[in-house]
Amino acid sequence: MEIALSVNGRDVVHEVAPNELLLDFLRDSLGLTGAKRSCDVQVCGACTVLVDGLPVSSCCVLAAQAAGHEVTTIEGLAEREEFERLEDVFTRHAALQCGFCTPGMLLTVASLLESGELASEEEIKRSLAGNLCRCTGYRAIVEAVAELAGVA
Amino acid sequence: MTTVVRETATRSQVGVAQPRRDAREKLRGEAQFVGDLIVPRMLHGRVLRSPIAHGRIVSIDASAAEKLPGVVCVLTGADLADIDPYYGHAIKDRPIVAIDKVRFHGEQVAAVAAVTPAAAAAAVEAIVVEYDELPVVADVEAAVAPDAPLVTDRDLVPGLFHGLGELAPRDGNICYRYRLDRGEPEAVFAHADVVIDGEYAFPAVYQYAMETHTVIAQVEGDEISLWASCQHPFLVRAEIADLFRVPVANVRIQVPYLGGGFGSKSYTKMEPLTVALARKAGRPVKIQNRVGESMVTTRRHNMRCRMRTASTADGRLLAREVTCLFDTGAYADNGPRVVATAGDAAPGPYRWEAYRVDASCVYTNLAPSGSYRAFGATHLQWIGESQVEEIARRCGVDPVEIRRRNLCTPGEEIRAGGKPLDADLVGDVEKVAAAVGWDEPKPPLVGRGVSVGLLAAGAHPVSSAICRLESDGRVVVLVATTEMGQGPRTAFAQIAAEELGIDSDRVTVHGADTRFTPYDRSTGASRSTTVAGLAVQRAAADIRRQLEGIAGTSAIAPDDHVELMRKHFGFAGGELIGRGEVAPAGTGSYAEGPVFWEVCVGAAEVEVNPDTGFVRIRRTATAADVGRAINPQLVERQDEGATLQGLGNALFEEMIYEEGLLLNDTLLDYRVPSFGDLPDEMTCVIVENEDGPGPYGAKGCGEGALAAVPAAIVNALADAGVPMNELPLTPERVWRRIQELKKEGTWQQ
Repeated sequence: MEIALSVNGRDVVHEVAPNELLLDFLRDSLGLTGAKRSCDVQVCGACTVLVDGLPVSSCCVLAAQAAGHEVTTIEGLAEREEFERLEDVFTRHAALQCGFCTPGMLLTVASLLESGELASEEEIKRSLAGNLCRCTGYRAIVEAVAELAGVA
Repeated sequence: MTTVVRETATRSQVGVAQPRRDAREKLRGEAQFVGDLIVPRMLHGRVLRSPIAHGRIVSIDASAAEKLPGVVCVLTGADLADIDPYYGHAIKDRPIVAIDKVRFHGEQVAAVAAVTPAAAAAAVEAIVVEYDELPVVADVEAAVAPDAPLVTDRDLVPGLFHGLGELAPRDGNICYRYRLDRGEPEAVFAHADVVIDGEYAFPAVYQYAMETHTVIAQVEGDEISLWASCQHPFLVRAEIADLFRVPVANVRIQVPYLGGGFGSKSYTKMEPLTVALARKAGRPVKIQNRVGESMVTTRRHNMRCRMRTASTADGRLLAREVTCLFDTGAYADNGPRVVATAGDAAPGPYRWEAYRVDASCVYTNLAPSGSYRAFGATHLQWIGESQVEEIARRCGVDPVEIRRRNLCTPGEEIRAGGKPLDADLVGDVEKVAAAVGWDEPKPPLVGRGVSVGLLAAGAHPVSSAICRLESDGRVVVLVATTEMGQGPRTAFAQIAAEELGIDSDRVTVHGADTRFTPYDRSTGASRSTTVAGLAVQRAAADIRRQLEGIAGTSAIAPDDHVELMRKHFGFAGGELIGRGEVAPAGTGSYAEGPVFWEVCVGAAEVEVNPDTGFVRIRRTATAADVGRAINPQLVERQDEGATLQGLGNALFEEMIYEEGLLLNDTLLDYRVPSFGDLPDEMTCVIVENEDGPGPYGAKGCGEGALAAVPAAIVNALADAGVPMNELPLTPERVWRRIQELKKEGTWQQ
């Protein structure tokens, strides 16, 4: 079947299998490998992309379900002007190690910053619970996001 | 090893929190992992795994699968008749795919290569296998019972890197045994005032590197190329060459970024099967495990232990006796080394009159067990330290004070014939205790604990590095250390820059490509900064000496490098090549080691809810006793990551088996720490006594906290009134223990 959608601000029309996952479509058909496969069950968040600005686990969504919607991957987010601040703050805090969870983490953070939902450290921890990181021990990420959100 | 120590004041590149050099690539999603790579004509592999724990394979019918669209071939044990298909760096006990028998739930039975992942998955479903089930050896106690069925009846064949001296013959299901003896424990126990005696259990745990094991293999004649998520490319290279009977140099392994390792990608994992499948398919093949597959590719040993510790009435530690059985699963993997390291860690770094350690590595019909961060030490530190804590309580001595009185001091012998203690453990314990508010008043249901241990670290000290000073003054470092998050490329750039007196921005560090990067034994055992880092330092120093020779003076400014090279080569080209090597000072045997003792010191403050059994972690502190922090920020991150993994090991992580079947093989059922599990306060105290054998007095870190934190949590919970002898400390288990204590009338709160 053919789907039409917007990916990182560009119109895309593409043939997909009816059972094709959005994650596989992005990685294999469009070459957008920033979204990572890990748990396959919507727990780890490594495959997170934004659909109409909201974080979605692309391992548990069909490509066909994204038809008519706006999809943003890390490659698209990195093109935006505001990304430089995310990059600067995460780099300064060393809020990444192996980098496998990092794209999904940043997309979730970007979406939460946009919606202004991060008013306290507790909210940061609760809101990011859908993104696992096995390397950092989380503290540096919480500190980086707190700085980005202006949480003291 | 000798260390080049320069005055601290002159250092500008080392000891500084320089930003990670891979941050930009990783933050932008540009960093490539094996799963992101595409090789021309590449096929996709998928593995059929055993649905039972033990059985004879009666028949495999792949005819229907082979006819499905997109399928190129199906590999079974019958395709391996031309080679000796058994591998294993410690013991060659594992077939590339099951031959005649399956020995654990999830064992590789067949593999499909197809043009798409979907076609491969469909073909796996179409393979028909008939099994004749055999009795299951479901745990270590059953495995060592007199009439236990044998998991394997093969003789033990030592692998290329077993490194354990003479390998004794297999004793039933016991494949390896490590013993340590000092003095006469029986005599000491007989006259001791206090004896603590207990039985303990540690669960099977999954490392969960978020990137699952992923390999691409290509076979062209007798040339084998691999792109692999492996920590030790040179060791994998040797095993692949040995298995497929090609020269070592014909095997080329390239390692891009790894999405975490933690030991799960140490030694050889999915590489042999991927090569065998590519060999049959005649085209490159990629195999990417799913999480449930990685869980059964390697895991942390579950273990049962009996320990006794004796002391005088005033808290002087006298003797310890340890017997433990490590469940290595159906194949040894790194079990023998885990068991030896655990044996070394078992006494704890105290001044004993006598001890006896008897640690066994036992085959069962569970998934194979191997390395996981701080292996051995994590298994036993919480047990030994909980007995020290109990002695302190019975003798009325403060837990920090009992360590002060009994801990070894720098230079004292830890293991006969081995490296003496190279750390100030008393200082480390005092620092972490202070960080969790040791002397502050405690609210009800709150407890505090400390723990101390040592981990034999550094592995075999063989590493080499090459530095190339290019004609534009930039430096390229070739070193095969795997970048799996710990930040070696950043640290090595800092070390090379420091030696050359230049800014680290001028230094580039690439990852392993065994065809071009010189030999490095492995990335593990906290060895890279210490051992590979020393090779990098020596390679950079080699270039400096060459520059000084050209200049005829040691006073060289960084801006002089380009001009000096022009003078030397007579044109705007050429490069200076610096070599750095590290080799063992003695024979390099395990008995003479370790390269250094990694310090495992931590403290915790916990609060228990007696109505639910829930344990909340209020504060943790760890000592990163690193000798010299090349990059203090990355050192802190290592301890923080290890702390959260330690918290998971202590509180809830457990692979649950029932009669050999793994019940929780997804992250829905196997929980790892999340943001909400962060302690209220997490402190990493960096200790820099320049007492390590690495560059500038550095020694490794990043694993010790994973041994120290669970032990500190167990001790803190005991201090809050709930002594435990089984991990993880799930709410149910803690609540049941509290009910027992209430019945006994020993519930203190």
